[in-house]
Amino acid sequence: MAFQVPVATSRSSTGIPTSRLAVWWVLASEIVIFGGLLMSYLLFRLLHTSWGYEAAHTNPYAGGFNTFVLLTSSLFVVLAHQAAEVGDTKRSFRYIWYTIAGGGVFMLVKAYEYTSEIMHGYTMLKSVFWSFYYTATGLHGFHVLCGMVIMGIIAQDVKKGKNLHRVEAIGIYWHFVDVVWIFLFPLLYIAK
Amino acid sequence: MSEAAEHHDDHSPGRYVKIWVILLVLLAVSIIGPTLGIKWLTLITAFGIALVKAGMVCAYFMHLNIELKYIWYLLLATLLLLLVLFTGFAPDVMKPSGQRWVSTYVEPTEEEIAVHHPEEGNEGDRIEAAPH
Repeated sequence: MAFQVPVATSRSSTGIPTSRLAVWWVLASEIVIFGGLLMSYLLFRLLHTSWGYEAAHTNPYAGGFNTFVLLTSSLFVVLAHQAAEVGDTKRSFRYIWYTIAGGGVFMLVKAYEYTSEIMHGYTMLKSVFWSFYYTATGLHGFHVLCGMVIMGIIAQDVKKGKNLHRVEAIGIYWHFVDVVWIFLFPLLYIAK
Repeated sequence: MSEAAEHHDDHSPGRYVKIWVILLVLLAVSIIGPTLGIKWLTLITAFGIALVKAGMVCAYFMHLNIELKYIWYLLLATLLLLLVLFTGFAPDVMKPSGQRWVSTYVEPTEEEIAVHHPEEGNEGDRIEAAPH
């Protein structure tokens, strides 16, 4: 039987490649998840000024460094996409792994932060602020981890010169993870 | 410049690096601004710049600036849902009482907060987990 390209990857009724369209739909649902969480946090934060004292115990330097790491990894993944577009699979592969490394550094810094906070008694059950903190950053960290795994899988295909369109799809996802952190950083680390 | 050349220039690595540098400058401002301790400046530098940074990542890295309007409508619809959520919850969360309920939560005083948040380095005064 002759090989056939799956319908889902070849049709484009909206004028947008199906994989990219699918990622946008995923992100639309993610906006509601993260947005709902952050909106709830914002409501409570506006009402309870005492949360500022709780937020004073988060580490803005670690948060700031992690923002730098995610912005840089976003640059790497967009460069991977650009390289894939011009067919430079080696460069694309390399940049994807730089991005994964960025995600790894982010997770290590987050692990250091969690350890330090828990050792000082700031656990998830200490107060509503810390419940929000661990829920929001934990959910975000889980997305970083998922992105790293997916990128590792895509990198193998890129190495073989296959499915290069997936680089753009994972890139859009990774940038979204970056955007979420851009809002988490001032909400949890800067606003005291 | 031809359209093809313009398109190529838009996606050149140099352009992405320039955007990244601008994002890092904005990050530095968003960290330094709040250290001055001026409330309105904190709001602008922390939250205003967060909006600008997010906008730049969406526009130039996610390529929303050249994406079809269909995606814009999709994303705007989700943001509208968030607005509905906020306005739906806000009256209950922000008000101290309703038709058949009264909030029993009392905002801790500065003295109570001081007890629960001893100065850093005072290891002996750490408190146990106490949800409120």
